[in-house]
Amino acid sequence: MADPEIKSYAPHHESLSAAVTESRPAKAVLMIVSFAFLGIFLLLPLIVVFNEAFAKGFSDYADALTSPDTRSAIYLTLLVAAISVPLNIVFGVSAAWAIAKFEFKGKAFLTTLIDLPFSVSPVISGLVYVLLFGAQGLLGAWLKAHGIVILFAVPGIVLATIFVTFPFVARELIPLMQEQGNGDEEAALSLGANGWQAFWYVTLPNVKWGLLYGVLLCNARAMGEFGAVSVVSGHIRGLTNTMPLHVEILYNEYNAAAAFAVASLLAGLALVTLVLKTLLEMRYGAEIAATRGH
Amino acid sequence: MEVRVANVRKEFERFPALHDVSLDIKSGELIALLGPSGSGKTTLLRLIAGLERPTKGRIFFGEEDASQKSIQERNVGFVFQHYALFRHMTVADNIGFGLKVRHGPSRPSAQEIRRRASELLDLVQLSGLEKRYPAQLSGGQRQRVALARAMAIEPAVLLLDEPFGALDAQVRRELRRWLREIHDATGHTTVFVTHDQEEALELADRVVVMSQGSIEQVGTADEIYDTPNSPFVYGFIGESSALPVKVEDGQVWIADRPIGLSAPHAPQGEATLFFRPHDVELVEECNGCIAGTVAASRRVAGTRRVELEIGGERQRVEIELPVDHRAAQKSRVAFRPRRWKLFPTA
Repeated sequence: MADPEIKSYAPHHESLSAAVTESRPAKAVLMIVSFAFLGIFLLLPLIVVFNEAFAKGFSDYADALTSPDTRSAIYLTLLVAAISVPLNIVFGVSAAWAIAKFEFKGKAFLTTLIDLPFSVSPVISGLVYVLLFGAQGLLGAWLKAHGIVILFAVPGIVLATIFVTFPFVARELIPLMQEQGNGDEEAALSLGANGWQAFWYVTLPNVKWGLLYGVLLCNARAMGEFGAVSVVSGHIRGLTNTMPLHVEILYNEYNAAAAFAVASLLAGLALVTLVLKTLLEMRYGAEIAATRGH
Repeated sequence: MEVRVANVRKEFERFPALHDVSLDIKSGELIALLGPSGSGKTTLLRLIAGLERPTKGRIFFGEEDASQKSIQERNVGFVFQHYALFRHMTVADNIGFGLKVRHGPSRPSAQEIRRRASELLDLVQLSGLEKRYPAQLSGGQRQRVALARAMAIEPAVLLLDEPFGALDAQVRRELRRWLREIHDATGHTTVFVTHDQEEALELADRVVVMSQGSIEQVGTADEIYDTPNSPFVYGFIGESSALPVKVEDGQVWIADRPIGLSAPHAPQGEATLFFRPHDVELVEECNGCIAGTVAASRRVAGTRRVELEIGGERQRVEIELPVDHRAAQKSRVAFRPRRWKLFPTA
């Protein structure tokens, strides 16, 4: 899955001066090491996944994917992503807007908070919700009295996913909005636009590629999240199993072919994400370069 | 539209940016706010626009108190220093933006908006560039589009923040003349901020000189240049020379000699004498004059600038002489300022 660290070497086309360029053998060694590392730790496993998935032939692969439990896992994964990604767009844009465009007390604290999900183990993220909403938890009794089920159900999975994926959109937008400043919005207001029009016609188009990029990463993580979801889901087959959890269950049952079949879907998602991300970076990089021209 | 700034004070987090500023701007006037950076000129402009709210004081548009009105309600055309063009919109869409975001019957049809945009592009001499994006324009062209966009909403007042600040000297001069023509053609009340005195003096009907959050002087280019009313204006606008002097018995003295300038109304005591280096009269015999030893002499364009050491205290002043003047060859020069002003030493 796409990790946040990957974006730190987003395209910066700076020409390398001869002075900082290594000698030929050194260059070769560095490149071989990088490629070998990526090959062994990334490419090879990917090949293995697809290889294992089709080990028993295509019909078994199709069967594994169309079994009711798998279908419900796929459905649940899509549902969770469909709820948590839009919510995180709203939260992420609000947080980025607040941080980039206003000065207020506690701004540094908010910025740190946004990064919290990255620095906390996903298991902890899940446990927090168990402690909060579980039967013995802080709000457990109240929830039970009102007949609200959060834990071991879809709401819990959505909450955990939102928590884990929160930083993606916000972190993508904050530097972009900070760089762009308030000028365009002030111009829109001075021309008579209200706040909503300024956001819709000016701010959003200005950050659309960055936003799309963040949404893509957010979505990939939302669909692939294991740790936090595992803690709050309860692993009820056909009900609260997302795809990553389903892979684990199948694998633990020695149903390797089916496990890898589902895994291949997740791997496929990762590949699609990667391609889109690369396309976006090409486009988005040009956009940023054009912006700098101003 | 007349604009009246009445006793406005602005603080940013307790730090005062403007102290009690008052200014009357007549309808149709072209006004320059001139000052060094940190003088509060941009803050004053943003207060008039409604991009900032005054801490104290009021701003009137005509008879109406606009202080509490939002920027949208004030209907001002604001041109930003870095243009702030919407980079994802074409030139025509940029210009039409202010009309497009209107509500109800005041919003023209799409066709009408396009027509207005083309009209304004003609006015700013950029006909035919409707479909271009801001990134495809030069700096000067962007500034023209920004002005057209601001004028599209038929603003009560046009406000320009360092409109030519980001352009090179050649384009600046061109746009300056062009802005004056546009102003004369449209008659908008216009306020612009600049730190370039040449720009302010050449372009504006009246210049507002600002320093450290206060207005130092308001006047026409002639008034500001010929009769500066403070040491700051003397130093900031054009060239000036200053000499420490003493006022006694209505006469101006340097050390123990009167220099032939009478100042019957000046207060007794220490003072500083200001004059323009070119506004001096050379005298042959020093019978009440300023005399000094030539310390350095430089050729500056069409004149010769001579640095003189005056008196025993080694004060240096600069004066300008015609290139072929005999005095330039002498080691001692005597002169008397033609126009001068005394400011008591604080």
